[in-house]
Amino acid sequence: MDYSKVFTDAKSAVADIKSNSTLMSGGFGLCGIPENCIDALSEMEIRNLTVISNNIGNSGRGLVKLLISKKIKKAICTYVGGNPDLEKQILSNEIEVELIPQGTFSERIRAAGLGIRGFYTPTGFGTSVADGKEIKIFDKACLLELPLGADFAIIKAEKGDSYGNLWFKETARAFSPLMAMAAKITIVEVEELVEVGEIKPEDVHLPGIFVQRIFLGKNYKNDIEFRKIEE
Amino acid sequence: MSTQNHWSKNKMIEKVISFFYSGASVNLGIGIPTLVAELLPKELNIFIQSENGVLGVAGRPKKGEESPTLINAGKETISIRKGASFFDSALSFGMIRGGHIDFCVLGGMEVDTNGSLANWMVPGEKITGMGGAMDLVNGAKCVIVVMTHFTKKGSPKLVKKCSLPLTGVGVVNIVVTDLGIFKPENGKFVIVELASGVSVNELSIPSELIKI
Repeated sequence: MDYSKVFTDAKSAVADIKSNSTLMSGGFGLCGIPENCIDALSEMEIRNLTVISNNIGNSGRGLVKLLISKKIKKAICTYVGGNPDLEKQILSNEIEVELIPQGTFSERIRAAGLGIRGFYTPTGFGTSVADGKEIKIFDKACLLELPLGADFAIIKAEKGDSYGNLWFKETARAFSPLMAMAAKITIVEVEELVEVGEIKPEDVHLPGIFVQRIFLGKNYKNDIEFRKIEE
Repeated sequence: MSTQNHWSKNKMIEKVISFFYSGASVNLGIGIPTLVAELLPKELNIFIQSENGVLGVAGRPKKGEESPTLINAGKETISIRKGASFFDSALSFGMIRGGHIDFCVLGGMEVDTNGSLANWMVPGEKITGMGGAMDLVNGAKCVIVVMTHFTKKGSPKLVKKCSLPLTGVGVVNIVVTDLGIFKPENGKFVIVELASGVSVNELSIPSELIKI
């Protein structure tokens, strides 16, 4: 086989991401984030990225690395609470932020990946989210929402095979399979890279057709944002 | 103002739980609402959903059993119950938007007599983002807001009309504060229950906005 999706490391897998690209990054908070890709990007001379991610990292970790090195021009996200670096850049107008309700965010990304040209949802009716959007009355008033795609997606899965079939652990799935479908080039890092056939077909959470590049990640921190244990 | 008659956080959560029924599905917002998972009586067969992609949350993990990939929407480590399932965010919000969640419990900055809620932004001061709140208030069958009755500056959070950016219009069914339980209905707050020893005057809600 002269074509392979398997890359040796993060650096080679993200090398062609250029300034002004639109980039999706998977994970929820610091859970399931593509740590290796983010680290590799933070060392590159790129600017003016539009980053689509639920949170833009936190406490100096995750996407905050791209934020503090001023690589992000615009952040499209749903929640910025508990992210002082981002809040500071928002309030001083150093960064443009578009906040989207999380369900609409997920569905817009899903729509981009699956060929849906738009959908109507009651979410956001009567709020600032509705500004400038077409409204149509069904059983309730609904807003027309459009697909949200990207040039690149960087995501992390627990296990993947060389075709790009992926298996996610626990709640680390979140937006990652949706983003993988919605980007032109999807780059996946995994904790365990296996041969095709090793993930049972019924255990594949995301079919490899949506994945262009995959590599075995290393040195994962897998930070816990808020460790709560039974008292 | 004396606060000796005010309900504690745990008491407020007990009041929230009193609305649940066996078999119900419940989504919990960030902050005080997550206490529901910890205080829920075992005999009540509830499935707690967290919008990051889990149905069947079961309170905090035992020491040593916490997992960085097992968290709730507040990014806190959790444990799960028997019968739990994991899914992606689109399915999670399909569950919410599609009307499959019986209760959502979330915090608030303001609730008005029309049942509108503001809880995601104070212009120029504080931005948290709406997260999943706008989807939840429009999708869940019953929306319960749990919050302190007064802001830190001492103004009541139950108001005639919200002044902060809205999360949803006419979406709140029940409000539980440290002073009582209220239902916004037809331009008034119907008093369902007051904490014992608390008078209507202490609510700081204009009398024309109250229905007893």
